[in-house]
Amino acid sequence: MSLDTTVEPPAEIVEPAEIVDRASTRGTRRRLRKSLGSQLISSTILWVYAFIAITPLLLMLLNSFRTNQELATQPLGLPASPSFTSYQNAWIEASFGTYFFNSVIVTVVSVVLSTAVSLLSAYGLSRSQSRVMQVVESIFISGLMMPVFLMIVPIFYLLDSMGLVSTREGLILVYTAVSIPFSIFVLGAFFRQLPLELEEAARIDGAGPFRVFWSVMVPLVRPAIATVIIFRFVPIWNDFFYPLILMRDPSKYTLPVGLTSFFGEYQTDWSTLFAGLVIATLPLIVLFLVATKQIVSGLTAGMGK
Amino acid sequence: MSATVQTRKQTPVTGALPQRIAWMFILPAVVIFSIFVLYPMATALTYSMFEWQGTTRGNFIGIDNFLKLFNEEPFKTQIPRAFAHNFLLFGAAMVVQNSVGLFLAELLHRRKRFKRFFQTLFTMPYLVSPLVVGYLWSLMLSPLFGPINAMLKLLGLEALAQPWLGQSSTAIWVVVLVTAWQWIGFPLLLYGAALGGVPKELEEAAALDGTTPWQRFSKITFPMILPIIGTVSVLTFIGSMEAFPIPYALGGSAGSPAGATDVMSLVFYRTSFESGATNAIGTSSAIAILLFIVIFGCSILFTRWFRRTERNLF
Repeated sequence: MSLDTTVEPPAEIVEPAEIVDRASTRGTRRRLRKSLGSQLISSTILWVYAFIAITPLLLMLLNSFRTNQELATQPLGLPASPSFTSYQNAWIEASFGTYFFNSVIVTVVSVVLSTAVSLLSAYGLSRSQSRVMQVVESIFISGLMMPVFLMIVPIFYLLDSMGLVSTREGLILVYTAVSIPFSIFVLGAFFRQLPLELEEAARIDGAGPFRVFWSVMVPLVRPAIATVIIFRFVPIWNDFFYPLILMRDPSKYTLPVGLTSFFGEYQTDWSTLFAGLVIATLPLIVLFLVATKQIVSGLTAGMGK
Repeated sequence: MSATVQTRKQTPVTGALPQRIAWMFILPAVVIFSIFVLYPMATALTYSMFEWQGTTRGNFIGIDNFLKLFNEEPFKTQIPRAFAHNFLLFGAAMVVQNSVGLFLAELLHRRKRFKRFFQTLFTMPYLVSPLVVGYLWSLMLSPLFGPINAMLKLLGLEALAQPWLGQSSTAIWVVVLVTAWQWIGFPLLLYGAALGGVPKELEEAAALDGTTPWQRFSKITFPMILPIIGTVSVLTFIGSMEAFPIPYALGGSAGSPAGATDVMSLVFYRTSFESGATNAIGTSSAIAILLFIVIFGCSILFTRWFRRTERNLF
């Protein structure tokens, strides 16, 4: 029965196509030429925009390998012989090593911490049906619309009263807290898709709730965890506003704040400036190249196929 | 207690957690979120209603801090100018992303080869830190040895070379274009996904009826992706109103030259952290609330307007 239905339709489709083909070979050829022409135009446009999008970033990379003298005499050009002194200057003299270290610590710890507490919380919320829990969840989700400027002054005084201004711990706690709404939003949606039967089976086998959570549920939402990690890593790594206000001690600066003081100090040392920008960008480019698929599908989740 | 809830609902909840254990799961997030988000939010609202002496709270003064924003210098001139620049950022982003952005997304959608390659290149600027983007362009546009002016000279357009960021007439347009250049990757990706969701059969059927490509786009594709355009527009609006790193990198916290690149976030930043005024907390909180009201109010209006337009189209 199913065989019959699958065999028949192709025969029907092939026939009209053949007729069309025989009737107007000249028409298809013209259409082919036209589509080739329009493809050429479309390719050209795409390449032009690719050039616009990527050239400044490429120039940033190329210029970081050129000396100040080269940059001054020839603003456009390839590195004569790649020099790494600019990186050495930026990393050691301009303390980019310190900033980089701070950025890595702050970003990694806050992403791990916020993902951990959000995982626990999203699971708890998805497996509980009480009214109170629904209210708690909607409070978390409404945090997606948090006005940063409204919160910053109270946060500053809060950290001040705890002795956490200018500490990495303070910044980590703030980033962890502001990451919770997004992480719970994504992870909660994934936990809800998982059938309850899995946990029932594990529980019958004698596993406690935390054991079930850790050994059964967490492995199942691994793709969602990857999405959450990437989508919190990028904004926290790039964030400039919180550390600008909360970090007063240069030895605790993260890369973005480090950049601002660095641009004031090294105004004329162009190749070092370019090297600094590259250092601040490189981890993201690496992340992007490793996880393009995850990023594209994450940004476009829930929208068609 | 949880047992009674379960029996009343009569659902098979063996997989569900008992209330007490569920609380243990959500507690860490609740604690951190309450201390570092909910508590600051709640106090921020009260800050604007008081007269402050440095960091000590003085008398309750109602809406006086808000009135000051409209009656007193420098706010009287700075706030309208900054808001105008924020709206200019939004308007320009909308024009660029819904013409160039949508067009590129449509071209990309029809491609099979190199699709991901182009997608990656186009989104790259969006993923780079906006602060890095701002500083990078400030170097590119430098009047001394910036590559942009050098390129113009190379093309024999030396007359067009100028100190782009040094003069009021061009500085704000640099901020606008750089912001659009960085942001466009985001609408591009989302429009691409939305176009992928339009059923092919619809366009094919319309093509058989002898419609032109433009008719197919305007009558089929566009109405079908309008909801996404609406969502992206609201996000663009919020982003434009909160713009901070790019203007900061290109014009500094004062919005140089002469306030030509000033935006609301910079007005807020200067008032709360640079002015040194005794009532800095009161005034800056009022600015933050004003900004929040504009963002929130306009976002709701936009969403409603888009919903109504969608309904009228179908």
